[in-house]
Amino acid sequence: MQPTFSSSRILLPVRPWYIALTFVVALLLNLVPTAPWPGVPDWLALVLCFWSVREFRRVGMGWAFLCGLLMDVADGAVLGQHSLAYVLLAFAASALSRRILWFPLAQQALQILPLLLLCQIIQGAVRLAAGADFPGWGYFVGPLIAAPLWIPATFVLLLPQFQPVERDDNRPI
Amino acid sequence: MAGIDHAPPPFFKRGPAPLALLTFYVAASVALFVVDLRFKSLDFLRQSVALVIDPVQRVAQTPGSLVDIAHGYFEGIALLRDENAELKHAKLNSAPDLQRLAHLEVENERLRRLLAVRDRERAQGQVAQILYTARDPFARRIVVDKGQQAGIVAGQPAIDENGVVGQVTRVYPFSAEVTLITDKNQAVPVQVVRSGLRSVAFGLGNGQLEMKYMPANADVQEGDTLVTSGLDGIYLPGFPVARVVKVERDSAYSFARIYCQPVAAVENFGEVMILDRRENLPPPPPEEASRATAESEKSGLRPAKRRAARGTP
Repeated sequence: MQPTFSSSRILLPVRPWYIALTFVVALLLNLVPTAPWPGVPDWLALVLCFWSVREFRRVGMGWAFLCGLLMDVADGAVLGQHSLAYVLLAFAASALSRRILWFPLAQQALQILPLLLLCQIIQGAVRLAAGADFPGWGYFVGPLIAAPLWIPATFVLLLPQFQPVERDDNRPI
Repeated sequence: MAGIDHAPPPFFKRGPAPLALLTFYVAASVALFVVDLRFKSLDFLRQSVALVIDPVQRVAQTPGSLVDIAHGYFEGIALLRDENAELKHAKLNSAPDLQRLAHLEVENERLRRLLAVRDRERAQGQVAQILYTARDPFARRIVVDKGQQAGIVAGQPAIDENGVVGQVTRVYPFSAEVTLITDKNQAVPVQVVRSGLRSVAFGLGNGQLEMKYMPANADVQEGDTLVTSGLDGIYLPGFPVARVVKVERDSAYSFARIYCQPVAAVENFGEVMILDRRENLPPPPPEEASRATAESEKSGLRPAKRRAARGTP
């Protein structure tokens, strides 16, 4: 697989432990107490979205459901709120993955924005339906900030898969 | 080489179809949501997951608390000296009252015994550190560092040095969640100090409280102090809750709109005191048979409501 379709570099296959590590780091970032500031991106949703697009055979809705459950408990939200949003996000991302990967990175970020926004809107909708207060428009700023982060996130998350630029004749690929 | 040994994509064994998986997981999430919201019977699941996530949470808080510590350290001696002087002053100011407090309490007890009134309950509790504001933007909650291990149970009230902060609503093994009195779903039975009027103050969700269902001609003025009335069996009577900031009397409505500002530093960080649960109140007078059965039928449907009615959350 290539980083983008215009690139001539071929990536190494992903290592499962690295996927797990990125999920743990994203969870850690999510749990940093940032409640007073609006517009803090949902790191776990971003990472989940990334792996669902890149590796939908390995990371799917099961991971999304588990992550959602962890976030529900960590946030003290109603159980099932994050899981529902994350499962739908993972499904949509993997369904659109063939199309999204066709674009250059900046346009990929544009394609990711509605997915992340949808994730946030679903959470807001179920909580409003359950009788909570409207949390204010700052709640929907997070995805707007998270979507441009798709570009650095791609580089960071694909880092172990890049091959050295100078070729080594002893290496098969 | 990592490049060669990965298996080719399985062409024939592909597991369940994505749509089937989606249906399954969405159904599971919705079921969890409904069960948690309606029946509140997933505490065990929540606590076990919390046990897994607690270490991660502690690690995530470390940088923030380090910054706090550094900030506190560099804030310097000047501030401390000022604060110290202020505290000494305050101590001296309250000394005459405090020194006679023991004497007054004994006297009060003796007088109450003479009047054959029940002894006043004593407020006891344990101090807990506020860890962080819960990330859920739909509710106003804080998380404190004492939980089941310290004997905290859901329903205990929390106060700070000025007044009531909130009530413990969820308990985890090593932490507990306190719902602030400004949360939309939180209500505190209060009494106006000046007129003795009793009412209930509801959180508005924007940092204020509102006294609802007060008649338009109720004797409430701006600046009135509200204290807990103690009628609920949860809060001890006499703790300051809020101050009235605005009273709107519109003749088009039968109720006045009374907005209050909490007295305690509800939305700030710091320490709170979690008060022990109150002693058991005398049982309520028996109700008529027909009403009692209707009540029990209704309460069979809504366990949360029944608990609230009993006053033991």
